[in-house]
Amino acid sequence: MSALAPPPASGSRRADDAGDAAAGLADGALGRVAGDGRGETGGPGRWAAPGGGEVDDEQGTSLVRGALRRLRRDPTAILGAVLVTLFVLVAIAAPLIAGYQPGRALANSGITPSSVPGPSEEHPLGLDPSGVDLLTQLVYGARQSLIIGVVSTVIGLFFGLVLGTLAGAFGGWVDTLVMRVVDILLSIPSLLLAVSIAAIAGQNGTSVMIAIGAAQIPIFARLLRGSMLAQRGSDYVLAATSLGLRHRTVVMSHLLPNSLGPVIVQATLVLGTAIIEVAALSYLGLGAANPATAEWGRMLVRAQPRLASDPWLAIAPGLCIAVTALGFTLLGESLRQALDPKGRR
Amino acid sequence: MNRPGAAATGATEPLLSVRDLEVVFSARGRADVRAVDGVSFDVRAGQVMALVGESGSGKSVTSLAVTGLLPARGVRVGGQALLRGRDLLTMGRRELDGLRGSEVAMVFQDPMTSLNPVIPVGLQITEVLRRHTDLSRAAAKERAVELLGRVGIPDPRRRVGEYPHQLSGGMRQRVMIAVALACDPALLIADEPTTALDVTIQAQVIELLASLVREQNTAMLLITHDLGVVAGVCDEVTVMYSGRVVERAERRELFARPRHRYTSGLLASVPRLDGDRGARLVPIPGTPRDVVPWSTACAFAPRCPVADDACASGDLALVADGPAHVHRCVHPAGDPTATATSATSTSTTPPTTTTGATS
Amino acid sequence: MSVIPGALEQPASHPGASAAGGPAGDPLLSVRGLEVHYPGRGGLLGRGGAPVRAVDGVDLDVARGTTLGLVGESGCGKSTLGRAILRLTEPTAGSVIFDGTDVTGLRREPLRLLRRRMQMVFQDPMASLDPRQSVQSLLVEPLVAHGLAGGRGEREARVRELLDLVGLPGSASGKYPHEFSGGQRQRLGIARALAVEPDLVVADEPVSALDVSVQAQVVNLLEDLQERLGLTYLVIAHDLAVVRHIADAVVVMYLGTVVERAEGEDLYTAPAHPYTIALMSAIPVPDPVVEDARERIILRGDLPSPAAPPSGCRFHTRCPYRQPTRCDTEVPALREVSPGHVVACHFAEQVASGAITPS
Repeated sequence: MSALAPPPASGSRRADDAGDAAAGLADGALGRVAGDGRGETGGPGRWAAPGGGEVDDEQGTSLVRGALRRLRRDPTAILGAVLVTLFVLVAIAAPLIAGYQPGRALANSGITPSSVPGPSEEHPLGLDPSGVDLLTQLVYGARQSLIIGVVSTVIGLFFGLVLGTLAGAFGGWVDTLVMRVVDILLSIPSLLLAVSIAAIAGQNGTSVMIAIGAAQIPIFARLLRGSMLAQRGSDYVLAATSLGLRHRTVVMSHLLPNSLGPVIVQATLVLGTAIIEVAALSYLGLGAANPATAEWGRMLVRAQPRLASDPWLAIAPGLCIAVTALGFTLLGESLRQALDPKGRR
Repeated sequence: MNRPGAAATGATEPLLSVRDLEVVFSARGRADVRAVDGVSFDVRAGQVMALVGESGSGKSVTSLAVTGLLPARGVRVGGQALLRGRDLLTMGRRELDGLRGSEVAMVFQDPMTSLNPVIPVGLQITEVLRRHTDLSRAAAKERAVELLGRVGIPDPRRRVGEYPHQLSGGMRQRVMIAVALACDPALLIADEPTTALDVTIQAQVIELLASLVREQNTAMLLITHDLGVVAGVCDEVTVMYSGRVVERAERRELFARPRHRYTSGLLASVPRLDGDRGARLVPIPGTPRDVVPWSTACAFAPRCPVADDACASGDLALVADGPAHVHRCVHPAGDPTATATSATSTSTTPPTTTTGATS
Repeated sequence: MSVIPGALEQPASHPGASAAGGPAGDPLLSVRGLEVHYPGRGGLLGRGGAPVRAVDGVDLDVARGTTLGLVGESGCGKSTLGRAILRLTEPTAGSVIFDGTDVTGLRREPLRLLRRRMQMVFQDPMASLDPRQSVQSLLVEPLVAHGLAGGRGEREARVRELLDLVGLPGSASGKYPHEFSGGQRQRLGIARALAVEPDLVVADEPVSALDVSVQAQVVNLLEDLQERLGLTYLVIAHDLAVVRHIADAVVVMYLGTVVERAEGEDLYTAPAHPYTIALMSAIPVPDPVVEDARERIILRGDLPSPAAPPSGCRFHTRCPYRQPTRCDTEVPALREVSPGHVVACHFAEQVASGAITPS
């Protein structure tokens, strides 16, 4: 405990608030430091006209637009966005970047049990142990990761949103029922769930997507329900009810949109982890049925026996997985900050 | 009746002397924000100096700057805050830590967030005692019980073991005051100490603070937005607006003869228990600003009914107006000439009827 | 605004009352025996504790076109009562007759449609406006919900009209709540409530979250709107000075029950319940002359828990006029001490005459 008479909870909290990097300081934190518990934070910086009408004429800034503006100023967000954009572009433009067909071994590749040929003019990153152009494999691997990542996240998001909305909007026994189902889903380790789905539905890309997506359902559902419950007691929801709006309108146009922030952040983060999970599943041999499909995880498996002689074969896909996941994580984290109401102007 | 110190102001040496305090928040990629600009005031032992202002007036930033609680990063603090001749603003961190809690104590608005929720209240007091004195554990606990009793907490021996959430809002604020009083501070800074409390509890807490100042000869800086609270307890009032001192006077003088248009406007706009019930309130138009312009013009001019070009011209200094009364107004309230000029200026501009529409 | 004499004595359901509106003297809102009890916590399963009696048997009437002030400190149940009247909180017993219709018995859709006629203004204007909604959208939404929207041009005209009504420029319609100051946001909250042309507006602490210099603007606005639109107000506030200014009749609540009700200035000139007397004496007046001369009654202790209200008179644990008999055993009934002035105290006359003095 520090020396000041009021325990540090207060002192340091204020200090943290005010020290909170660039964004909050000038206005937000100043308002809070100076805060005497009044709602007044001052209007737009213009001289007031008598009668309380003191509004700039320019078009208003919505929350989304404000968040985007904060994101554009945030170096972390920019780095994340650059990495993610790069990944998506590569995935989309795979046929243009790769010089070869994925999974097709090239004749007279010069592969020996002890070494693979290094970079050359035709193969900028060299070949993989089965004689496929490494760059081609990586590029198509990005495409595979993106497809599976997006589809599985959408699956998780969709069912998670439905369940979460049901629980959060109705409460009572609906909530209890939904949350018990979610608890059961959550009690199964996600990898185990994925493995069993793959085992039941057969080994192919679709089951990987379903497996990864299903594992995300309870996370999204709980997150949305919690967020909605927190918002449900707030005044604007009460105000909407008191205005005589239909319950459906209250939920769909007020409660749900204001509860989505954490879910959007989570979805971004999940995209990153989904890519790792795709790799993990294909590493475990639960990836796409066709062994020729380019997958980063499978590339890792193939590189394993040659780890000592050609570490690059493992490092390249490993790096791709790590950097892509990092990109999504950075973007997700900065989204979290940008959407945080406390950082709001 | 609540007035603690009867001694005439100026008779004693000030305990705390704030001179030309300036606080500027600067953030990367944004214009600097001047939160406090050239603020000076004195606080004397056994007296209460009230710092009155609305949100954005800079009153709380002032108190945080004086106690060194503003973050080091992104904030520039200028001027002096002399406590018995030692400048708190240039003091080293260690030295300041030694001073806070012992010589200078603070009470904040919200006792729930100011108290550590996971530590029994008694321990929060003994912690301060053990840090600043060489009391033994047992003696410190005894003193904690005594302090809780002194701030009016019933059954203090049982209460020392309780956690903040087990106490009511008023009780928590009493605990905060007990923590602040632990080392018999010479200066007590109370930042909106009763704003979060109900009126009947507010009356209890104000009464308690006033009696402490009286009995312990403590100097108190009371920061508040509530003119009613100020009317009952303080010796001198400093009114702040937009980061500057706009008026300062002895208590009765200020309420009887408010000079700055902001002060007089504020007094006219608050509904009173004893005023004319049917009369319409005279509101101050517009909203308080939280950003101080870099100019030295009157920041209140945009909301002022009698403002004219002279108010925007800048370089408005505090002017003395009778003994112990200063203000920063070009057309002070109650000044016949000012009202006359404003009346003529209105009549000479035929189409516009609103005097508040300043250029 | 004329005070309807004897409004309290009006029968709950006047024979001539109909949904279309009864005679002028008929109360628009009539609350009888309203209770809101929350299930208690404690025990093994988190229930089974004594229920929290937030509102415990309240009767009140609000005459058409008048303002009833509902005052009390935090925890007295005044906000819960306001919400229960609008059924934003479900009452556990009692009736709320709004213009001849019992609101408590309404099913979902009729209740939704009735809400057009009874609106609410919230304390914290920022929290009560959806941060994602533009001004245009938040004003149009209630119109759509009640089928009052009309075409695009009609809507825009209505939005401008509403903004104009509360003193905001038409350019505000494209903005978002966070771009306004606190006072402006409260104007938006009022505009939204008025969009559906209600008869009754329940305003829960409409100015307490605003800066002092802005409060008068909103108080005046509420008064102007009442005059222009013939609104009926139930104003819930802790600030007796604000209520005195705006209300035609005042109800004082303590711990879930009504302790006093008076018309016009009666409550302020002759407070009859010891709690009202104490509350009144605790409110600071921004005038040192008055403050120095005042005798302040400092209440002992804190508000008891509404889960275990004291026996007899609920105020007896803190009452400075408490008598050895009756107070702690017998629940005082509300009785009339002068026309239109009712009080729940066994010894109101003796307190008023000075036969009983505070201890």
